[in-house]
Amino acid sequence: MINIKDRNFRIGAGITLVMLLIILIGLIWTPYDPNAMNAAEKMTAPGLRHPLGTDNFGRDIFSRVVQGTGATFLIALCSVSIGLLVGLLVGGLTGYYGGWIDEVLMRLNDSITAFPSLLLALVLIAVFHTGKYNIILALGIIFIPTFARIVRMEVARQKSLDYVANAKLMGVKSMRILFVHIMPNILPVLLSTIAIGFNNAVLAEASMSYLGLGVQPPDPSLGRMLNEAQAYLSRAPWYALSVGLAIILLVLGFGLLSEGLGGESHA
Amino acid sequence: MQYVLKKTGVLIATLLLVSLFAFLAFEIIPGDPTTMLLGSDYTPERAEALRESMGLNRNVFVRYLSWLGAFLCGDMGTSYSYAMPVHEVLRGKVGVTAVLSVMSWVLVTALSLPLGVALVRYQSKPFGKIGVSVNQILMAVPPFFLGILLTYLFGLLLKVFTPGKFIPFEQSVPRCLGYLFFPALAISIPKAAKTVKLLRSAILSEMKRDYVLTAYSHGNSRWMVIKHHVFRNALLPVVTYLAMSLADIVASSIIVEQVFVVPGLGRLLVASISNRDYPVALCIVVMIASVVVVMNYLADILTQTIDPRVRLS
Repeated sequence: MINIKDRNFRIGAGITLVMLLIILIGLIWTPYDPNAMNAAEKMTAPGLRHPLGTDNFGRDIFSRVVQGTGATFLIALCSVSIGLLVGLLVGGLTGYYGGWIDEVLMRLNDSITAFPSLLLALVLIAVFHTGKYNIILALGIIFIPTFARIVRMEVARQKSLDYVANAKLMGVKSMRILFVHIMPNILPVLLSTIAIGFNNAVLAEASMSYLGLGVQPPDPSLGRMLNEAQAYLSRAPWYALSVGLAIILLVLGFGLLSEGLGGESHA
Repeated sequence: MQYVLKKTGVLIATLLLVSLFAFLAFEIIPGDPTTMLLGSDYTPERAEALRESMGLNRNVFVRYLSWLGAFLCGDMGTSYSYAMPVHEVLRGKVGVTAVLSVMSWVLVTALSLPLGVALVRYQSKPFGKIGVSVNQILMAVPPFFLGILLTYLFGLLLKVFTPGKFIPFEQSVPRCLGYLFFPALAISIPKAAKTVKLLRSAILSEMKRDYVLTAYSHGNSRWMVIKHHVFRNALLPVVTYLAMSLADIVASSIIVEQVFVVPGLGRLLVASISNRDYPVALCIVVMIASVVVVMNYLADILTQTIDPRVRLS
């Protein structure tokens, strides 16, 4: 299923791995304390002491971008996990058992996916209010329909294959067939959806936090930093550029990874 | 015809579902609007009287129906924070967002069609090879970051426009359009990049068909084959995509308006959610969602009109 030779896959995996490595190192060590202010070095341009310069409080931008990338990635990881787990459950059960619940849920699914996801996120944030955990919850809910639809389709397809009939004949309980026999087989198809989920999650988190409706201070996030950086655009353009570049690299990495895994390109 | 009727039925059902969903979402928000409206004048008796007069004591579905009825008649309720009817608050904002969205859509179409064809035409030249990679990167640039880059480049360095100083229509139409050009560009570049990719791969897969071989055997050059035979067929998926993309464009304009301080629906929506001005937020959400649903409906109808093959399946 995974074609290692695929160019998109290689570049995407490369970018993603480098970003993950930087995030992991950033958990233990960053060149400076991301929150340490230094009045003597306000808004210095990128140079030897500060590879990406400093911000309006004299904080090291590189350390802050590393921390923000980690925070944004963590939010993406949590929200994609929520979407994936609930999607597996809902899609698996409706795909395997079918019936009127399947019909109703799929109609509901269609009307939810008709909303632009940013609008849906705004509505959910109006309900839950802002904050790190609420944005995770809101994005997680938004991802459920996509995962549920793909899982349902795949489960319905696998259901009619011989190995399932075989398992039934041997008297395996249907729950076990669904979760132990079928689920591992749909994983390869899900991989590209997971990658595109990360892509969308990073974009959505950055957008919401940029609007001031996502992660709130003092929690770090790339979107929130971009919002701050915009105010100092004329005096410290490297701040906005560094943050934006981190977002682009994350999105590009996951996007290419998803295409390389055989997914549809992001619509 | 039957197809259109069926789709219209689904459209109306979806619109109702979307409005009900939005209404319920704003209904379950914790907190009581009377606390906010009364402010320092708050007493339990006044709150109760206000709740009665606003109809907040009625059943939620009765309220939904009366809200929907009023909404359809143009009465959209009263804004909490501006203390005036919602349609007054919205006045002027709808136009700005509509102009911005249409402009972005025109830009997406104008940029993507020639570029998509050019990337195939010069496929083996450096332009084609570099173009594909650049296109891939542009797809990953979020519109709001692109907006910040354009603000820096054209606003601060080249001083083509003054960031944050929106010029209303009433003042000067060309200058207003001139200001909106940059947000429109920020919205349309990533979208155009996706369209270019789609068109390019549509042309390339169309090139493998038998009729292309026939066209070559008639002595056509590669460019002639693309121009006269392949392009029209490859356009089909792109037309559908472009029709559907207006919805995405409206959504990106919510956030790009924030970057360029454009006083449109998006900025108002974000402000009303931050200020918990729910009648305004609900109204904008329902309006944007309806536009999206209707656009997708029209895209469906358009696709089946221009491509009879869809009708059969």
